[in-house]
Parts: sequence; C-alpha cells; structure tokens
Amino acid sequence: MRSPSILFDRPDSNVDTDVREEPSSFADLNVDQVLESMIASREEYDLNPFFYAPLHDVAAVRYRHEVLRDLEKNAVFESIRAFTHKIWAMREHLARAEKLHYTYQKESWFLDAVEIYCDAVSSLAEELTLLEVTSRGFQAFREYLADYTASDGFKSLAAETHKLKDDLARVKYCVHIRGNRVKVSKYDGEADYSVDVEKTFAKFKQGAVKDYRVKLPDWPDMNHVEARLLDLVARLYPDVFLTLDKYCARHRNYLAKTIGNFDHEVQFYLAYLEYIERFKSAGLPFCYPHVSARSKEVYAYEAFDLALANKLVPERSAVVCNDFFLKDPERIFVVTGPNQGGKTTFARMFGQLHYLASLGYPVPGRKARLFLPDRVFTHFEKEEDLATLRGKLEDELVRLHDILQQATSNSILIMNESFTSTTLRDALVLGTEVIKQIIKLDSLCVCVTFVDELASLSETTVSIVSTVVPDTPAVRTYKIVRKPADGLAYAAAIAQKCGLTYESLRRRIAP
Amino acid sequence: MKAFLMHGDEDFDLQRGLPPNEGALTQDLELNTLFNAMALGDKFLFDVGRRAVLSTLTDSEAIVYRQHVLADCLEQSSIVREIYEIAVEAIQGEKKIWGVFVSSPDTTLNRSLQVLELFVGFLKRLRKIADEHTEKFRSEGFVRFFAMLAKELDDGYFETVEDHLRELRFRRGVLISAQLGKGNKGIHYVLRRPREQSWMERISPKTRSGYSFQISDRDENGFHALSELRGKGINLVANALAQSADHILSFFIMLRTELGFYIGCLNLHGRLAEKGEPTCFPVPLARGQAALSAQGLYDVCLTLNLEERVVGNDVNAENKWLGMITGANQGGKSTFLRGVGLAQLTMQCGMFVAAESFSANVCDGIFTHYKREEDATMKSGKLDEELSRMSDIADKITPNCMLLCNESFAATNEREGSEIARQVVRALIEAGIKVFFVTHLFDLAQGFYLQELDTALFLRAERQPDGRRTFRLVEGEPLPTSYGEDSYWRIFGTAPDAAPAAVADMRP
Repeated sequence: MRSPSILFDRPDSNVDTDVREEPSSFADLNVDQVLESMIASREEYDLNPFFYAPLHDVAAVRYRHEVLRDLEKNAVFESIRAFTHKIWAMREHLARAEKLHYTYQKESWFLDAVEIYCDAVSSLAEELTLLEVTSRGFQAFREYLADYTASDGFKSLAAETHKLKDDLARVKYCVHIRGNRVKVSKYDGEADYSVDVEKTFAKFKQGAVKDYRVKLPDWPDMNHVEARLLDLVARLYPDVFLTLDKYCARHRNYLAKTIGNFDHEVQFYLAYLEYIERFKSAGLPFCYPHVSARSKEVYAYEAFDLALANKLVPERSAVVCNDFFLKDPERIFVVTGPNQGGKTTFARMFGQLHYLASLGYPVPGRKARLFLPDRVFTHFEKEEDLATLRGKLEDELVRLHDILQQATSNSILIMNESFTSTTLRDALVLGTEVIKQIIKLDSLCVCVTFVDELASLSETTVSIVSTVVPDTPAVRTYKIVRKPADGLAYAAAIAQKCGLTYESLRRRIAP
Repeated sequence: MKAFLMHGDEDFDLQRGLPPNEGALTQDLELNTLFNAMALGDKFLFDVGRRAVLSTLTDSEAIVYRQHVLADCLEQSSIVREIYEIAVEAIQGEKKIWGVFVSSPDTTLNRSLQVLELFVGFLKRLRKIADEHTEKFRSEGFVRFFAMLAKELDDGYFETVEDHLRELRFRRGVLISAQLGKGNKGIHYVLRRPREQSWMERISPKTRSGYSFQISDRDENGFHALSELRGKGINLVANALAQSADHILSFFIMLRTELGFYIGCLNLHGRLAEKGEPTCFPVPLARGQAALSAQGLYDVCLTLNLEERVVGNDVNAENKWLGMITGANQGGKSTFLRGVGLAQLTMQCGMFVAAESFSANVCDGIFTHYKREEDATMKSGKLDEELSRMSDIADKITPNCMLLCNESFAATNEREGSEIARQVVRALIEAGIKVFFVTHLFDLAQGFYLQELDTALFLRAERQPDGRRTFRLVEGEPLPTSYGEDSYWRIFGTAPDAAPAAVADMRP
C-alpha cells in the first residue's frame, strides 16, 4: 500500500520539517501569538516544525488549499475531528496500560485502545466513502483507508476485539462482604435492594433533593483487594481471561504508520480552521489567496491583523479591515500618519498575510493575491541590548545591514519605525539610502515611518496614510488609505480627548 | 405526600419571588405591623405570613379554598396548633442528628437510619391525630389532608418501613453484584437482597459455587480497600435512604410552612378579638368588574398600634374605577386608603378582613404610589423621583390591577401636579385599573368631579364645624381647602393672617 501524506503533494518533498527554530520575524509580526493561540490545545502533536517550513512552490500551496476546502465542509471536518479525538483517546489508553501493574488490568486498557482504534479507522473509512472529498490529499488517503480496512489483518483484529469486549461485558458476579471475609460467586438473579427501599419511600417525594451518592475514589489503578477479587472472577470465567492473554500477546504492533502520520499531519489544518472559526463567526472574512512565486502585483481586500483580531473579538470590539494593492512597478508601501492610527498593524498584517499564504492557509481578508516569498524579514524597534555594546541607532543599522545582505528580490521586508533614535535629518538620509537599496533589490516592502519624504522617492513607492475622522481628529478610523503623506499633527486632539490640553489641565488642577 | 393546605393542587412555594413592588407595598401599607402581629416574635411565621400576604391570589376559588381551611383552623385551633407543633419538632429533631464532615456511604446510611426512625415516630403521631379528629374538620383542604394520612400511613406501611430500617443495619453482611468495567475494575455495583432459602448455603465456607478469601487482621490497607468496596455496594441505597429522609423532611417543612400561614392568622385573629375589633370573611368577586363595598372597614395596622378601637368606614364603590379622596388634614384619608389596600391584600391571600363586611373584585396586583419624604432638598429632584417611580409602576402594572395614590405629584405646583396626575389617572382608569387617589390637589379632584363620571366616587374626610375630625369619610364634592389652617391654629395658637373670616369665627 502507498503511504500518502495529507500535507505534501510529493511525499519526497524536500521541505525540512526538522527545523526547530522559530523564524526571527515571528515575534515582530505577532505570528508567534497567532501560533500559540492556534495550537494551545495541541501541544502534544508538536506542530511547530510545520509552521517553520513555509512553502515556496505554488503547486504545494494548491495541494493544501484543496485539502482545506474539503475540510471546510462541515461533515468532513466533523468526521476528521472525531477521528483525531478517538486516536487521541487511544493513545491515552496505551499510556495508561503502560503504567498499570496488574496484568488483567493492563490487558483491559490495551484491549480498549485497540477497540477505539478499530472504530476510529473503520468509521472514518466508511464516512469518507460517503462524503464528497475532491482534494488529491483526501482522495489518496481514502483509497489507502479502503484498502487497509479491507485487509484480512484489520478485519480479524476488529472482529476479535469486539468478541472479547462482549465476553468481558457479560461477566457478572456477586461479592459478599461480612467482616473480613469476601466471597465471590456468579450473579444469580438476586433482587435489587436499593430499588425496594426507594419504592417504599417514594410517596414522600417532594421534588429535587440533594444527591447523597458519595464520590468514591475511582483510581484507574487497582488495590490488592480488587486485584485478588479480579483473580477470583477470572477463575469463575477462565475461558474469557485466557483469550484475553493470548490476544494481547498477538497484537502488540497493531497501529499502522500511515494512520499515525495522518493523525499528526491533519492537525496542521484542524488547528487553523478551529482558530479562524472564532473570527468567521464574528463576521470577519477569510479567503484562499491567489499565490504566485513570480508576480509581485499583490492585493488584499478587507484584510486584517489576525493577532489583533484575536484580542479584539473576545472583547466585542470592532476589527477594522484594510485594503491594499501594488501594481505595475509598485513594490514599497510607505506608511505615515498619526500615532495609534493602525500603521504598525498594517505592516504586520502585510507580513502575516504573506506568511500564512506560504503555509497554504486561507488568509484574513475577503479577496487576496499574494506573493510566495523566499523569506520574510522584519526590522522592528528593539530594546537596547547592552551585550552588543552598540548604541541603538548603530544596532539598528547592523540589523538592517544583515537583512539587506540576505534579502533577495523574492524576499519581503517589513520595516517599522526605523531610525527613531536619531534626528529627523539623519532619519531622512539613512531612510532614503535604505529604501534606495530595497528599490534596487526589487523586493516587496512595507516601511512605517514618520519621515514623510520617504513616501515619494520613486515610482515603486506608494504613499499610504492612516486616517482620522475629519471633524474629530482625536478619533482614529484605523483605515489606511492611498494618499500623499500630509504630516498633520494629531497630538493636540489626542491630548484634548484625554483631558490633557492646557485649558483642561488648568481646570482639572485648579483648586 | 403533599399537605395542600394553601392550594388545592400545589405546594405553597416559599421560594417564589415576591412581586416587584413588594418594597413599596410593605412601606406604604405598613405591612410589617401586620406580619409582626401574625408572627408573635417567630421569625418563621413572619416570613410565611409575609410571603402569603404578598403573593396575591387572583382566583376567587383559590381564595375561598383558604377561607374554608382558615375557618376550620379558627374552630379547631388547638388541634391545628398540635399538628403544627409535630412538624416543628420533627424538623428540629432532624437538625439535632449530626452529620459528619467527610461523608462516606456508611455515615450517610447511619445518619439516615436515625433520621428515619425519628420521623416514623412523628408520622405515627400525625396518623393518630387523623384517626381521632377527622370528623371535626369540614374544609376540603383538611378533609383531603386527613384522608391522605389515613391512606398513605396505614399500619402495613409502618411495618414495611421498620423492616427496611432493620435490614439496612446489615447484620448478615452485604451482598453486592458487579460487572467488569474499564480496566476490568468492578462497575455497576448493586446492593442485592440475599435469597432467603439459599442464605445458609451462601455464607457457608463449604459451598462450591464460589471462591473466597480473607483479609488478614494486620492488613490495614486491605481493610480500607474492603470498606471502600462495601461503600460502593451501599452507595446507592444510602443515597436512596438519605433522599427519602430529605423527602420526609420536606414534607414536614411544607406542613409547617402551610400551617404557618394559618397559625399566623390565628394569632392575628386573637389580637383583634381581644380588642373587640370585628373581622369577616370577605366575598371575592369576579375580576374585571369594578366592585368594592364594605361596612366598618378599618385599618388593621392602625388598630394594632392603638389602645382603643378605631373608627370604621362604610363605603360603596360599585362600578367605580376611581375613588378620589379629599378633605381635611388628619381627617383619616390616609388611614382609609391603607384600609382599602389592606382589605384587598388580606382578602386576596385567603385571610379574613378587618371589617364588618367586605366584598370586592379580585385584582391582579396592588400597587402604591405614595408621596415620599426623603430627598426633600430639591423640588424638581423630588418630582423626578415621583415620576420615575410612576414610570416603574407603569412598566409593571396591568389592567385589572389596583393603584393607591397618596398625595402623588404634590412635589410641584398645583396646576402642574394636577395636570400630570390627571393624565396619569385618566390613562389608568381607562385601562381598567382601579385607582384610589388621596390628594390635596383641588384642581385635580374638582376637574374629575365636574366631569360627572359614573365610574368615579368622591369621598371627603369629614370635619365638624368646630374643626374636630370624625375620621369618617363621606361622599361629597371636593373642597378647595383641606383646612390646613386648623393645624396652624393648633400649633401656633393663632389663625393665619389670610384665614377666611368665616372659618375663624367658628372657633370657640
């Protein structure tokens, strides 16, 4: 049987999934937050390496898009999720069996694990034949499952398991305890005494009362009295327990490798779909971007910052969406405008969108066309690092230099408020120099700056500005629009809103 | 088993929420005086009385049901008080049997056995009363109650219960069935009743039908494990028993609660009878049709606070939706208004009414809008407060309710206040709400009077020509004065400058 992968179009694909190190841009773009939130309940799957390995090939991205489109069908999603839950439960059972001491107990947990496995696999196989899956990934896996579940090995495993479970469930016995003596016998139709008692007092029933059942400790483990009791039960029903022994010895290695891999890989999709569901139900759009590894004409409509939305949506605050496009020679967005107007958010969003697209995911936005970069570089303000023994400006320049050394025309560069630690004149000079180099590289770039002049350096730069409500400049719209940088000062408006203008401070501080 | 002494077919729910206007009603009608007289210092009786009075019945049949039970109580008060005492003792006895902090099925079982043994004693006492006194009761409620006791608690039943209580001491050991669950551990533990015939065989060590083992004396963990196992076996039965004990306890609690109301009525009745104040069982009339007629209607709360008897009023307000009450200050207007409200309330909880006779249509709810004294600093603020209270009432009031207004909208000038009140009153009575309005707003009262409405009644607090108040209300046209100068004169010893000569002349 072939061993298909749900993540990679070519199983021999040389994507390196052993990378353990988080890309440096993750923290700047807040992709780390997105990731953390996404896989919060999936620690055990160790999914990070999948995220550290963006795709650079359009075909590989399409392969994932297909799988995701299948998974976006409710029935398929539920089916796969149910399957992974079962496999998870199966692993829990195996782990438990390992930890236990008494043989009949270990064997019982092992038997349950196999039962769950058989059920998970055959349910999924059956469901997938009924469901409409069109992706190559799911079709290949469906074929594999059909072959596997039709194999003699699997069929007899399932049959044996069910028979044994039934036999064990039929074991019913009585324990008589008097003082320190315990006697075990087969159950012989003795009447239920609690029912008698309940009936006698039923006439006084007045409605709901407290539940007095004591929550008795129910460790998975057994104490020696229970173990002795079980041994005696085994002597009452010798055949069943002998069969159990033999079964466990024969089926040690029941788990098929392809099934295990699928369970692992499919988490990459489930995690994201579950994560974005919370935004979708808040009315935010997602779309499959058109991706290209060549054309740098990109656009996105109603796009938003996923990490920010993750904070705003639970607070029921509005998430502001933004549009952007670059066409013909345009490569570089120069973002200017008031403080706290959404400039950095825009820059992050641009980076996030491209990163998510290169993982093969749908992106936050209504419609998008994005570039598949070889790398995403970020240059964000950093805390001064004493270890480097350099000043802040110098440190920035060193990092920029590194980036420009490594960046290619296929890279994406995100620069946020670079050169704030120097004079405006210096910032203009240095910024111009850097932008010129990026223009020469022909890379896609977002540059957030307070230096308006950078916005009009060449035909490859596009000036965009974060806007305010015209009549009340203290109110941000968080909308970023294409227009020339106008250098308006909004500080006074913010001060007034906070009651911090001269007059209001005088009034407030007045005796 | 249900007591059903407050309703023919449902429990009296002490937990049910009180009407939203409960606070205003209590304050304006001075209900705590009434509740205190019912309670005689017993907090429980106070609470029951309060709940019962405030949870208005809106169905004449339900009212009459209680009136009949109450009539039995008045005639057989010592037997009723004895039943009440049994309930109280049973509840207190249960409290004295201590539970344990860390409960195990064993401790639950033991406590329940003790409680049930105690309860059986009290149930037998109840049965005995039923056996001896059934004949003396006539109301549907008590007849049903006694019949239930005789039927449900027959001798055979007590025998069965006592058998169980004996058996559950488990002198012969515990027999439990189980099945194999997760990890081959036992599940579905069920306590089994050993078969009588095969009993000796079962406990005999020589039997071949099973295997046995023994925990050695020094194996403490073993004993612990064994008692855990035993616990699993008796968990359900211990639960069933504890719940049964709870059920019987709630039966006693219900009995005490429902009788508590009648005990409260007995207490109140005793107080009034002592003073020679009359009481009567009122006649509740159908809802929807305005009716109110009374003779010797008095304010029960006022009389409870006075040495001497109080003046009763006769009133005939058949087909009247509006009662406009004006007249002399301190002439008994407020007392009358309160008397009307109290009579309506006490009628609608099934109690007797403080009057020689009383009948009125049943209302869906009783609301009050009284002038409030607090917040007297700013006039406009006070009017706002009044308006907002009226707005709250408007949110809740429905047709076929009753509204008592005492000097509403007096916080502004007469013309404005009258205009506001006029609009409010007109809207309410047209919506089928019965309104009694005590007011000094002449413009308001006169305005309605001149309309010659068939559905309005105008009452005036009487003032003798010498200024003395009779505390009686007479039908009559509103007067432009409330004789405030009488008070002035009383306090200052002189007439106010602007007093009309005619009035001043009349003084001795």
